[in-house]
Amino acid sequence: MRKGLIGLVGVCLVALLAIPACAPTKPPVETIKIGVIGPMTFVQGEHHWRGAVMARDEINEAGGIKVGEVMRVIELVKADSNEILSVPDAASAMEKAITVDKVDFLVGGFRTEAVLAMQDIAMDNHKIFMGCGASHPELCMRVAKDYDRYKYWFRVTPINANYLGQVNFLLFGMVSSVVRQELGIEKPKVALMMEKAVAAEPIVKVAHALAPKFGVEIVGDWRPSPTATDVTAELSAIKAAGAHIILTYFSGPVGIPYAKQWGELKIPAASVGINVEAQKKGFWDATEGKGNYELTMNMYARVKQTDKSIPFYDRFVKEMGEFPTYNAGTYDAIYILKEAIERAGTLDSDAVVTELEKTDYRGGGGRMVFMPRDSDIPHDITWGPGYVTALGTQWQDGELKCVWPPLGGAWEGITYEGTVAYKLPPWVIE
Amino acid sequence: MAANILINGAIIGAIYALLALGFSLIFGVAKIMNLAHTAFYMLAAYFIFIFAYQLGLSTISSVALSIVTTTLIGVGTYKLFVERVREHETTVLMITIALALVFQECMLLAFGGHFRGAPSFISGYVELLGVRVSDQHLLTFGVVLACLLGIWVLLSKSKLGLTIRSVAQDREIANLVGINVGRICLITMAMAVALAAISGAMVAPIFVLEPHMWMHPLIMVLAVVVLGGLGSLKGSFAGAFILGYTETFVVFLVPMGSFIKGAVALAVMVAVLLIRPEGLFGVAFEEERL
Repeated sequence: MRKGLIGLVGVCLVALLAIPACAPTKPPVETIKIGVIGPMTFVQGEHHWRGAVMARDEINEAGGIKVGEVMRVIELVKADSNEILSVPDAASAMEKAITVDKVDFLVGGFRTEAVLAMQDIAMDNHKIFMGCGASHPELCMRVAKDYDRYKYWFRVTPINANYLGQVNFLLFGMVSSVVRQELGIEKPKVALMMEKAVAAEPIVKVAHALAPKFGVEIVGDWRPSPTATDVTAELSAIKAAGAHIILTYFSGPVGIPYAKQWGELKIPAASVGINVEAQKKGFWDATEGKGNYELTMNMYARVKQTDKSIPFYDRFVKEMGEFPTYNAGTYDAIYILKEAIERAGTLDSDAVVTELEKTDYRGGGGRMVFMPRDSDIPHDITWGPGYVTALGTQWQDGELKCVWPPLGGAWEGITYEGTVAYKLPPWVIE
Repeated sequence: MAANILINGAIIGAIYALLALGFSLIFGVAKIMNLAHTAFYMLAAYFIFIFAYQLGLSTISSVALSIVTTTLIGVGTYKLFVERVREHETTVLMITIALALVFQECMLLAFGGHFRGAPSFISGYVELLGVRVSDQHLLTFGVVLACLLGIWVLLSKSKLGLTIRSVAQDREIANLVGINVGRICLITMAMAVALAAISGAMVAPIFVLEPHMWMHPLIMVLAVVVLGGLGSLKGSFAGAFILGYTETFVVFLVPMGSFIKGAVALAVMVAVLLIRPEGLFGVAFEEERL
């Protein structure tokens, strides 16, 4: 009897163990590993990550990426480059993502010095790296100089520094014509207020060269440090010089005290140019609303550049509580990768590069086409009418509005739905 | 332009003086080179941000709570990490810089590398001699004068001040006559950290709130106190205004070079030290300290 009971228990145990083994097993899901590399404790890295997560979720919910006959889902790998504080950290993070995490593709990067180092590592490992942050033309000029080595690099956002300079002057032209019309000043006086950074040097040089063409007079150059914390002395000097317009370039935190003190002291000059901090939602609180009327170039705003622009913008704001900056271009980068992989039918880097070069994608940031292989800047995102144009955005009573390309199609006949008119600060008119 | 330089120089000098006051005080009394001084100023600024923006308290309550909290943290870190090694100057240097980095990393973890603003007490501006000066800058100037007056009254007119001065002059003799030197050092540390917190409250609305915001002020504070003479309050005050005016001169006279205003100010400090190595109001020999 006892033997029988033990036998029964033994049979039951064997049966229990055997059931899972006999059950039909779900085949393991094949993945595509995409490394998202950026300074993850800073806002730039947060936007890299959030843009990538949005793309991953949408693509995976729709079934994934079709590679040949197999559907694969995206697996994101977060790589903290810490590049704002340390370039060597960025190189190590890239090395780890490729050799330890075994990523298939990479998106992200922010600081040019760091991206140059990361680019070399990715290229030597034949990994496709979609840049979403660094603007220096050298990153794409390298592709022209040594195509076989650097062909795995593509820049999605932002437009390169030379184009940024051109858009800066288009914004400046719009503001100077408004100053002429509304203030009746024939030859406006302009102060250049640009941080001492490499990227600002060509803008300063071009501003001096183009001043006669624009019919303006430059009254002085003020070049604070990118990390300056108080620029009241500079603003007092600009007011004393009688400037009507301040042409800015701020990539660093100095953009916050500048805008706050400009608004608080009601410096009677319109502010226009690049102020990266003013692209962020937190700018309004950081300046306590005194940054009202600050105008900055931008890559995203709530305007219809394509059918995807507004849904992307709204979802990003809803999930992140922040406006997308150009680092959130990881969203478009992953979709561009998806299309290229599906066309190639393989994850082989060389085959995907060939397909990426044929990209013509309408994403959140506009129509995205890469510069051709025979250009000076192959694999750079194309800028111009009909392609990615960039935007001019102005803070108007707590909202960041698109004001350029201007209403009425004054620039190449382009006006995006949702654009509003540029406003001069009231204290400038008074 | 003269009015611009006069007023802007005074404002920038006042900001540096407020930051340097506490640093100079704790060094003068306890010989503690507290490299975490501006990290306390950073902590105070973040506490104001937390209390005002995240907990919704009024600006006044936020500032008061921030000063108290920062002072308690300062006293706590002094008791835990500094007091027992007070006599070893190099160790104190290393511990305080390590503490500053720990505070920085904590803020980075908690708030990320976002650039934020702290709430101003008052907004708007006034015109002085045709120069626009923000109300917050003017308030800071007033607070500097009030703090300086308060410290002077405390040190010269009160019994506590007399005791502090005794310890500053000669710790061994002070100990022999029954003064509790350790307690006086602790009180002075609390005063110094409170001054750093007041600086945070006054200056944070003008500057940018971010975890590394303590580094640049630390360099300027060191320059101010070395220029004025280590441990000398009036020296710190003079040093702050010399550096403030130097920076303003650079901005107005060499606008293209306004990014080097800090470097020029430090060059002035070096030039002064070459002529007077002990600083403007410093003492070459301990026996001179009265």
